[in-house]
Amino acid sequence: MSTRDLEESAGFDRHTIDYIQRAAASGLYEIRGLGAKRRVPNFDDLLFLAASLSRYPLEGYRERCSTKTLLGTRFASKPIELAIPITVAGMSFGALSARVKEALGRAATEVGTSTTTGDGGMTAEERAASKTLVYQCLPSRYGFNPDDVRRADAIEIVIGQGAKPGGGGMLLGQKVNPRVARMRTLPEGVDQRSASRHPDWTGPDDLVIKIKELREITDWEKPIYVKVGATRTFNDVKLAVHAGADVVVVDGMQGGTAATQTVFIEHVGIPTLAALRQAVDALDDLNMRGTVQLVISGGIRSGADVAKALAMGADAVAIGQGVLVALGCNSDSYIVNGQHLSAREDYAALGTAPGFCHHCHTGKCPVGVTTQDPTLELRLEPEVGAKRLKNYLKTVNMELTTVARACGKQDVHHLEKEDLVALTVEAAAMAGVPLAGTTWIPGRSSGGPSGADASGREHS
Amino acid sequence: MANLNQVAERASPARGGAHVREFDLSRDSLRQLNLYLHKQAVADGVGQIRVHNPDGAHSIACGLNAELDVQIHGHAGYYVAGMNQHAAVTVHGNAGPGAAENMMSGRVHVKGFASTAAGASAHGGLLIIDGDASLRCGISLKGADIVVGGSVGSFSAFMAQAGRIVICGDAEDALGDSLYEAVIYVRGKVRSLGADARFEPMADSDRAAVKGLLAAAGRGEDPADFKRVASAKSLYHWHADADQEY
Repeated sequence: MSTRDLEESAGFDRHTIDYIQRAAASGLYEIRGLGAKRRVPNFDDLLFLAASLSRYPLEGYRERCSTKTLLGTRFASKPIELAIPITVAGMSFGALSARVKEALGRAATEVGTSTTTGDGGMTAEERAASKTLVYQCLPSRYGFNPDDVRRADAIEIVIGQGAKPGGGGMLLGQKVNPRVARMRTLPEGVDQRSASRHPDWTGPDDLVIKIKELREITDWEKPIYVKVGATRTFNDVKLAVHAGADVVVVDGMQGGTAATQTVFIEHVGIPTLAALRQAVDALDDLNMRGTVQLVISGGIRSGADVAKALAMGADAVAIGQGVLVALGCNSDSYIVNGQHLSAREDYAALGTAPGFCHHCHTGKCPVGVTTQDPTLELRLEPEVGAKRLKNYLKTVNMELTTVARACGKQDVHHLEKEDLVALTVEAAAMAGVPLAGTTWIPGRSSGGPSGADASGREHS
Repeated sequence: MANLNQVAERASPARGGAHVREFDLSRDSLRQLNLYLHKQAVADGVGQIRVHNPDGAHSIACGLNAELDVQIHGHAGYYVAGMNQHAAVTVHGNAGPGAAENMMSGRVHVKGFASTAAGASAHGGLLIIDGDASLRCGISLKGADIVVGGSVGSFSAFMAQAGRIVICGDAEDALGDSLYEAVIYVRGKVRSLGADARFEPMADSDRAAVKGLLAAAGRGEDPADFKRVASAKSLYHWHADADQEY
């Protein structure tokens, strides 16, 4: 009988049945990598209005459009100056190999942006390759030490991560090789747990004091970022600003992870789109726009995404998963000595295929990106990875400036909310921009279609 | 920027010829003090730095990276001697939360009581607390040694990874919860052990370790009176991929 003639339950569809039966067989929740797979309102649901009669565009290729970005101007005596507003998000050595961390640093340096350490500390390769390196201070404090604090260009205190706010972290034993174990002061091969809260402070009032300690240790030179997973973003951003952050990083639920329970990835946190608007509202409420910089992350993929994020009020974005895809994540092949070699059999051995893989947690990455396996990691050559990532970041930046010019901006930071409309009611409500063809922002205005509000009065 | 020269003028010769630098935090700023300790103390060849009227100021003598002798006369606030390397810091009073947090080396001695999270995530060196330590003493410890003359609060040594903690008094609830490789020696009563922590027999090497740590802390308890608490290691592996069905 063809399944076409059978009726599938909406509540207990094949996916749900598989989940329940897997749980019944194993007694364990699923842990996986990547990020949320469900569709949530995102930047694709926004469109730019661009210039026409009422706005004057710039020539798309030649006219100057600045992408220079300053982060950490509030208190730090040495703020971060970047050539582009697109940064590499924090990802750990442990989740990624040292070769990958080196590739990230090299590419970031070549395009004039920053990269970020992750849980597990700073590797020498990463520091040497990165002109501008942000050093994360995480709850686990794995590998965290004052020498690297002094070597860093900025410190990022991580409160949470978009893929798993409130959930801490984990690195399964197959990725805890001798070097990772040594850097984290853990037994080799242990299924490692990263704490969900910091060991030496509790709550926003303590964070004020913790930030001042880091400022004292670094003689007030280095910018202090505070990163939050997107949940109660409006309040969290205000508290981070109150605590003295120079930069607030907000990571939405589409953010990636190397290993997290699926229940977290898909069911905890709010979409990046909604989080960004709340974060901007919080800065506006405190009159701190331009004083405290805002970095948004969580599912940023393209120049369009970056442009929309900047238009909504972000000062910069951070990209993690997109960066790994640029290196070859989910590609059907890897490049060694200039040769493209198929990885399909290795995907199949994991029970997956290129384009669908989320098996970062296994340490058996078929393209050598999320692995500590000494053989597999050779599948990512730092030079090749750096070149691919450089190309990707350049492309994203070109797309960004192209859109900005079309909107008549000589500086990408001049993009503004007024340049945006939403395709869906949900996105309009979350982003706080009008539904396309109307002046209606759900929850904020009562405008009607075609620029007329409920009274029928026309709007410009 | 603090005026270091102005502060450095307040120097007095100490016994033996080494100079003592005096800071009075009722007049001098914390920034002046820490900047001096970071940038100038070594060049000055100063024998001892004395800090008066700390009045619970936070982050006193944090981020030191030299063999300095810092004496704090009074109570310190949060993060005294935080991230210490090489220096010997003595608090002639009580210390607030996070004393010697993330210490890498050196010696921090709190003559009074210590608040929460003393020695949190410390990688090396010796932290001595003559009095009691509050909640989460030695949380996330990564290799340092801690000797507590009094008792410790709940969740002490939580997720402690490496290092040793000697507790001469009692321990409150959940001692050693989720321990990795750190070892706890406790002399008094333990209200309860945390997840995966267990009592283990004291070997000769344990008694020798306790003896050495007590001696380093200037204490006279009998190592034979201590019990050993370590990880049962049942939480080391979750078998999350045990059946490989997905």
